[in-house]
Amino acid sequence: MEQFEIKRIIPLELFGWDISFTNASLFMVLAVVLIPLFYLFAMNRRALVPGRLQSIAELSYEFIANMIKDIVGEGGMKYFPWIFTIFMFILTVNMLGLLPYSFTVTSHIIVTFALAAMVWLVITAIGFMNHGPGFLKLFVPSGVPFWLLPIIVVIELISYLIRPISHSVRLFANMMAGHAMLKVFAGFVVGLGVLGGWAPLVFLVGFTGLELVVAFLQAFIFTVLTCIYLNDAVNMHEH
Amino acid sequence: MIAAVSALVVAAAAAAHGEGSSGLPQLNPANFAPQLFWLAVSFVILYLILSRSTLPRIGEVLEERRDRVQRDLDAAERFKGETDSALAAYEKALADARQKASSMAKDVRDRLAADTEAERNRVESELAAKISEAEARIAATKSKALASVDDIAAETATAVVGKLLGEDVSPAEVKNALQ
Repeated sequence: MEQFEIKRIIPLELFGWDISFTNASLFMVLAVVLIPLFYLFAMNRRALVPGRLQSIAELSYEFIANMIKDIVGEGGMKYFPWIFTIFMFILTVNMLGLLPYSFTVTSHIIVTFALAAMVWLVITAIGFMNHGPGFLKLFVPSGVPFWLLPIIVVIELISYLIRPISHSVRLFANMMAGHAMLKVFAGFVVGLGVLGGWAPLVFLVGFTGLELVVAFLQAFIFTVLTCIYLNDAVNMHEH
Repeated sequence: MIAAVSALVVAAAAAAHGEGSSGLPQLNPANFAPQLFWLAVSFVILYLILSRSTLPRIGEVLEERRDRVQRDLDAAERFKGETDSALAAYEKALADARQKASSMAKDVRDRLAADTEAERNRVESELAAKISEAEARIAATKSKALASVDDIAAETATAVVGKLLGEDVSPAEVKNALQ
């Protein structure tokens, strides 16, 4: 499991807290550098008829914009930069994690949980800001017989409170399992040597392709779920 | 996924056994603080860069393109309108010209018909005049001829009588005898 090991590159401390610059920090910072650099480069010419890179940049913009418009509606476009940042950050760290000898930031539950908790807190705040105490009606679905209400409200409340956990564990488990699998089969390739190593190597090539899909898909799912939660906060049960 | 997770569990157990470490590095609380700190820092910085600079730039380009396409569409619409009105004007001009041509043709036809009619009338009256003149001349000739018949008869009679009688007879006598 040493591929998930946190290595302190520059040990740092702030008010008694350990804030060492680790390999995880390195890949987070790398994402923060690479994403704006890519867009700076891609949108450099601001061409009316976009080239390849500019098309990718515009495609990613419209992909997230359309996702928000489809799920939340125009009211969700206020939060577009935030959702876009979530998607690009997760996508980039997932993809960077697939490079050999790299580190996958999202294979640590604390990171995905922190992201999910941020989403949960921000969206709950948006809900109360938009609807005031009326946001609590989210837990009281309309059209439910009143004798069922106590059970339903409790279930709704639990499912709401559990959101950050399901939200974060999904991303974490997928990224970790995928990378562990890659590691295990890479170990087989070395272990079986030149004669027997080909079979796991072929599998590994296919599996790496699958992991690329998973890396994108999990970033996408995390973002879609964020949009769905945001829809609750912006529109409540109107939709 | 289930296969992946079970493989993961096996691998995790093996790792825990083999290296003698305290299980998954993910569950080591000592690693939480630095990760949370750097996650917060990098996410906030990324959010600020994207929301302040990158996304508005892309939005601007997309907006510009949408405006441009809209402008082009509007221009095309305008040109189409102009073409339509030009076509209508052309068709109107064509219809006018056709009408004018037909009225001109009618005029010419009428005038020619009138001319022909006048010419015919003139020729007819001329012919009538000639005919009447000819008739008058014939009548005159006829009456003159008729008038000459007496003289011829008298001459002939004179000649016949002279031959018969063997002596000259004066025409006046013959004339008298004939009347």
